[in-house]
Amino acid sequence: MNLTLKIWRQENEKAQGKFVTYEVKDISPDSSFLEMLDILNEQLVNKIQLPIAFDHDCREGICGMCSLYINGRAHGPDEGITTCQLHMRKFSDGDIITIEPWRSRGFPIIKDLMVNRDAFDNIMQSGGYISVNTGGIPDANSIPISKENSDLSMDAAACIGCGACVATCKNSSAMLFVSAKVSQFALLPQGRTEAKIISNIARMNREFLCANFS
Amino acid sequence: MAILNSKVPGGKLFDKWTEYKNHQNLVNPANKRKLDIIIVGTGLAGASAAASLGELGFKVKNFCYQDSARRAHSIAAQGGINAAKNYPNDGDSVYRLFYDTVKGGDYRARESNVYRLAEVSNSIIDQGVAQGIPFARDYGGLLDNRSFGGALVSRTFYARGQTGQQLLLGAYSALSRQINKKTVDMYNRTELMDIVIVDGRARGIVVRNLVTGKIESHFGHAVVLATGGYGNVFFLSTNAMGSNVSAAWKAHKKGSYFANPCFVQIHPTCIPVHGDFQSKLTLMSESLRNDGRIWVPKKKSDAEKIRKGQLKPESLKEEDRDYYLERRYPAFGNLVPRDVASRAAKERCDAGFGIEKTGKGVYLDFKSAIERLGKNTIEQRYGNLFQMYGKITDDNPYETPMKIYPAIHYSMGGVWVDYELMSTVKGLFVVGEANFSDHGANRLGASALMQGLADGYFVLPYTIQNYLADQIGVARMDTNLPEFKKAEKDVKLLLDKLMSIKGKRSVDSIHKELGITMWDNVGMARNKKGLELALEKIKSLKKEFWTNLRIPGEINSLNTELEKAYRLADFLELGELMAKDALHRDESSGGHFREEYQTDEGEAKRDDKNFTYAAAWEYAGENKEHILHKDVLSYENIEVKQRNYKK
Ligand SMILES: Cc1cc2nc3c(=O)[nH]c(=O)nc-3n(C[C@H](O)[C@H](O)[C@H](O)COP(=O)(O)OP(=O)(O)OC[C@H]3O[C@@H](n4cnc5c(N)ncnc54)[C@H](O)[C@@H]3O)c2cc1C
Ligand code: SF4
Ligand code: FES
Repeated sequence: MNLTLKIWRQENEKAQGKFVTYEVKDISPDSSFLEMLDILNEQLVNKIQLPIAFDHDCREGICGMCSLYINGRAHGPDEGITTCQLHMRKFSDGDIITIEPWRSRGFPIIKDLMVNRDAFDNIMQSGGYISVNTGGIPDANSIPISKENSDLSMDAAACIGCGACVATCKNSSAMLFVSAKVSQFALLPQGRTEAKIISNIARMNREFLCANFS
Repeated sequence: MAILNSKVPGGKLFDKWTEYKNHQNLVNPANKRKLDIIIVGTGLAGASAAASLGELGFKVKNFCYQDSARRAHSIAAQGGINAAKNYPNDGDSVYRLFYDTVKGGDYRARESNVYRLAEVSNSIIDQGVAQGIPFARDYGGLLDNRSFGGALVSRTFYARGQTGQQLLLGAYSALSRQINKKTVDMYNRTELMDIVIVDGRARGIVVRNLVTGKIESHFGHAVVLATGGYGNVFFLSTNAMGSNVSAAWKAHKKGSYFANPCFVQIHPTCIPVHGDFQSKLTLMSESLRNDGRIWVPKKKSDAEKIRKGQLKPESLKEEDRDYYLERRYPAFGNLVPRDVASRAAKERCDAGFGIEKTGKGVYLDFKSAIERLGKNTIEQRYGNLFQMYGKITDDNPYETPMKIYPAIHYSMGGVWVDYELMSTVKGLFVVGEANFSDHGANRLGASALMQGLADGYFVLPYTIQNYLADQIGVARMDTNLPEFKKAEKDVKLLLDKLMSIKGKRSVDSIHKELGITMWDNVGMARNKKGLELALEKIKSLKKEFWTNLRIPGEINSLNTELEKAYRLADFLELGELMAKDALHRDESSGGHFREEYQTDEGEAKRDDKNFTYAAAWEYAGENKEHILHKDVLSYENIEVKQRNYKK
């Protein structure tokens, strides 16, 4: 299929950005969205132009590195996936696709579609852990945990730290990201005490201040 | 040819590690603060090491190329982690885990290291639970286990299909805690460019800030590499896009021997290749082989119809299916080790029974498991994997069998290290997948996570102290020393050289060619002719790279093409050494299958008399032949046998 892409290009954090239009041809419906961008980049490199900078690494939906607002939606039109798992069969020949970076004051743009998500690391560093040192730990089965709690805890722990929630929230709130960690810990006897600390810390985190947190 | 000293402590196998710890040198708390340790990598090995050494009071600097430590490639591990807990009471023990790992590695791993690995495995699970990792549990509230290939017991702990993610987030949280306590300084989006040697010891690194392009140096009393595996030499693999050999390769060029480069693992259950636009391959976890059955059509005519889209696999009758693993290996069935399963798939496809348009695919079928256990149970066990598969292929694996084919997945080879995990450069330690140590010629499933965390939590924090104990008198060095400046200058020269080629080809186009050469000749089956061909082909690719590469943009800003280029430069050199290593190893062992050396039944045939060693290659300089050193392996506690998964 042939597509028209409107892509946000921005030299660096300070520079003025703008949308630039590109055409790509003969894209296979079986290729992934990022592979489609690879093809575009290959075209640009062959014309000695700067390729589009975007974040990605695992390309299987788990590392949380990829981002992108596609046609006005974080991670694009499909449900329950990340951008790297999005496939071109979700689009049709002749489509115009608008591609933007995460837009949030908590995530400054680095270049083109890449943003800085250090704020998430900062939250985790200020309390997103259970305080245990390496070694000297009692046997793993010494405290049974109900399967139900453990499963619910796992549901919350599955957060990949991508930042789509922040990008989507019009107040740029990190509520969902923080509450995922809080719930994971609160459901486990090991984490109950410290779950409170992280929720307090998140509340003080200026980058993501929104009405819900006060 | 020198014989290497692996510094394995004396005494009985079962006591070596305890004895070592009892007698090693330690650093007192006041001195720990004066010692800097550089750790490159934040995967399971790097993050666990950085956190543990920070807790002990050392001054740690930790680096990764991603935007956050939590995104290291370990995050993608799906299936599970082994430990010898014997919770299911099915006869497991430290010895049995040790035995299975050495046997699974086709008797090419160091006994003492593997025994230590099995010994510390249980503590990893305890550690993870204390960190708040929600491992799978049974209804009684105790931890659950599943089975992985190459074992007759259930010893694999898991967190749905995201075990690597949960273990890494555990280590990342411990690391975050130390960053908060200021014992660890974290550098994201920073890539190692070279290692600095002062008076014969590793004393620092040169890095490039990937956002600004700035080159700078960092000092450390010791340097630890935890930079993962080199599967991406094949271009297509299950590794993350940025996974690279460069850090290990720089270490190699600075004097660290590189061991068994030809031992790479081909994972039997990945989603098959679809087109030349494809950028990576996706693994379908080995855990699926607990319940999935692998088959191809019994008749070539059926296979042909399936390839042409005229026949659906669901409609093929039981008697027309060839469950070839169950047929060939009745004892282990679908749970044979990875190398065996991969070769068996290749054998069927080469013989004309493959599915998919390309003929390169086999089925992984859950029909009988769904009938036996119900769709719900299968969904609970593998839900996220089925979803991932559906998104990529547009098929529904609850209704039609998955299509799979082997793909490059893991590198058993890596930087040679001794018992203390130190390379042949003093003060340069290598942990996790980046070293060669524990898996011999083939790694068993769920044991890479175990090794990464064993190295980082429980081994390195001891052994590095034995080295650092006599370094307390060494003051922190200024990075303006000539050794640092020289290394920085060399890095800048390299980058200039790459940018000034100004040829016509993109990095990826050359990388893809390298990948095809490697897969065809240094992949699942190798032979002398093919390997010689690969050596020639890589030579010409190297020339193409250095004369016809085109990198747009600048050195001093974010430049993803430049990043890919310097990584590919090292992959090209590694590829050459892999072919050379494979050519020198005139035997088949584990993942290294030389067609000339097989039994009548097509199984790998080792030559124990001549090849019971790890081949450690020394870099001799540009355009010079590598020099071979042998780390001779001896088995005192295990009887070396032909691996048999039939009975
Ligand atoms: C899809 C998949 C599934 C897997 N499933 C399992 C499983 O179920 N069980 C199991 O036991 N094993 C599994 N494995 C294998 C296992 O995940 C890896 O072997 C292991 O996680 C490697 O950990 P590591 O810490 O050594 O390296 P990695 O996790 O690869 O980390 C490497 C680190 O080094 C950094 N780095 C690399 N190069 C540089 C550089 N030049 N400069 C700066 N930093 C650098 C990276 O940023 C990263 O932080 C799986 C692997 C894959 C690919
Ligand atoms: S909670 Fe936010 S950061 Fe976490 S996975 Fe969901 S969208 Fe991504
Ligand atoms: S690239 Fe890892 S989640 Fe998309």
